Amino acid sequence: MTDLLLRLGCVLAAFLVLPLLVGQAEHKVMAHMQGRLGPMQAGGFHGWAQLVADGVKFAQKEDIVPAAADRRVFRLAPAVALLPYLVVLVAIPLGPDELVGQSLDAGIFFVLAVLGVGVLGSLMAGWASANKYALLGALRTAAQLMAYELPLLLAAASVAMAAGTLSLPGVLDAFHWWWVPWQLVGAAVFFTAGLAELQRPPFDAPIAPEEIIFGAYTEYSGLRFALFLLAEYAGIVVLSALTAVLFLGGWHGPAAGRLGWLWMLLKTGALSFAVIWARVAWPRLRADQIQRFAWTALVPLALAQIALTGTLRVVTA
Amino acid sequence: MSWGSGLAKGLAITLRAMTRRAVTQQYPKTQPALPPRSRGVIALFEENCTVCMLCARECPDWCIYIDSHKETLPPAAPGGRPRSRNVLDRFAIDFALCMYCGICVEVCPFDALFWSPEFEYAETDIRELTHERDRLRAWMWTVPEPAPLDEAAEEPKEVTAARRAAERAGDGGPAEGGEATGGEAG
Repeated sequence: MTDLLLRLGCVLAAFLVLPLLVGQAEHKVMAHMQGRLGPMQAGGFHGWAQLVADGVKFAQKEDIVPAAADRRVFRLAPAVALLPYLVVLVAIPLGPDELVGQSLDAGIFFVLAVLGVGVLGSLMAGWASANKYALLGALRTAAQLMAYELPLLLAAASVAMAAGTLSLPGVLDAFHWWWVPWQLVGAAVFFTAGLAELQRPPFDAPIAPEEIIFGAYTEYSGLRFALFLLAEYAGIVVLSALTAVLFLGGWHGPAAGRLGWLWMLLKTGALSFAVIWARVAWPRLRADQIQRFAWTALVPLALAQIALTGTLRVVTA
Repeated sequence: MSWGSGLAKGLAITLRAMTRRAVTQQYPKTQPALPPRSRGVIALFEENCTVCMLCARECPDWCIYIDSHKETLPPAAPGGRPRSRNVLDRFAIDFALCMYCGICVEVCPFDALFWSPEFEYAETDIRELTHERDRLRAWMWTVPEPAPLDEAAEEPKEVTAARRAAERAGDGGPAEGGEATGGEAG
C-alpha cells in the first residue's frame, strides 16, 4: 500500500513539475531562437520563476462564465483536458525493474485510449462557450482528432507487433537498438500525429489566433485558462515520453541499470525540444492542408511501416 | 522536393539564431548606445537667449512658455542714449505636449536651444512634465559635441566666411599660399 502511494505521489510530482519545465524551456528556447532573451526578471536568475509568477497572476484573475454558456460543461472542460495526461503518466515506465507508476498488460491500448479523452476537453469547451469562434475551433479540433488518431494508432500498433506485447515495460524489455532504424518511419508518423493531436504548431489551426481568436479557449480566463495551458505542456511531456518509450528505447542506454531514468528523461527532453523547435521554425498549416497531410501522407506511411514490421517479423521468426 | 528544403532551412536558421547572442539590451542595467543627434530632450543655453520668442511662435503645439521684462541699461558713454535689454524671467517646455519635431532648435537664431540625448525624465503626473529653465539649463551639460563632418563634406559656412574675410584683409597677398598653409594646418 505504501509502495503504491509512493509511486502515485512520484507520478503526481512529475506531472506537476515536468510540464512547468517544458513551459519554461519554451519561453527561453523560443526567445533565443528569435534573438531575444525571454523572461529575465521573475525569480532573479534568468527569470526561472516566470511560470510561478504567471500562475499567481492567473489565480488572481476573475473566472468568467459567459451568460449563454452551458455552465456545467464549461466549468468541467479544463479538468477533462488536463486529467487524462496525469492518468497516462501512471503507465509510462521511467526505468528498468518496474520503475513505473503502474505496470499494465494492455499499456499501449490504455495510454492511447486515455489520450483521446484529453481532446474531448477542447470539444466541450468549444461547444459550451456559446461563441462561434470557440465552436469553429472545437470543430477543427474534432476533425483533426478524427484524422490523426488513425496514423497514431497504426504507428503504435507497429511497435506492439514488433515487441509482441501491449505492455509498455514489455516493449522496452524486448527492445534492441536496431529497432530505431527499423521503426523510424513509424516514429516520425507517431510523433507528427501526436503533435497534431496536441494542436501544437504547425498543426495549430484549431487555436489559430489570427483566424479564430483562440479557438475553443476563447471565452476562458483565470485559473481555468491556465489549466488549458498546463494541459498543453503536460501533453508535450506525455507525447515525448511515449515516443521515447515506443521508438527510442526509453531507459535503454549505457549504464541503464543505474542511469536508466536519466536516459528516459534525456530522451523525453530532447523530443520536447523538438516540439518547441517546430513551433518556432515552421508556419501554420491550413485546416485543409492538415487533413490532406494526415490522409495522403501519414496514413499510407503508417501502413507501409506496419507492412515492413510484419514482413520482418515473419522472416526472422 | 522544394517544401522539404524550406522546412530544413527553417530549422537551421532558428538553431543558428539560438547559438548566437541575443540582440536584446537589458535597459535599466545597461545603457543603450544612442545614435548621434538623438532627440532625447531639448536643452536651453539661457545665456544665449535674447527672448526673441521665435521658438515659442514656431512651435506647432505651443508648448514653450516664455516670460520676460525689459531693463534699461545706462548709456555706455556719457551723453549717450540709454539702451533697453530683454531679460528672461521664465522659460519652460511642456514635454507632455512637445512632439520632438525640433523646429524650435532649428529656428533659434542665437543657438540657445540644443538637442540632448538624455531621455530618462519620465514623471508619474503629466503636469510635472513641464520643465522650467533651471532643469533645461542643467540638460545643457549632457549635450554632446557636434558630430565631426564627413571627409568629403563642404566647409562650414562660417569657416568659409572667415577665410574670405581674412583673404580680403590680406588683399593681394599670396592667396594660394595662404590656402596651402591652411590646408597643411588643417
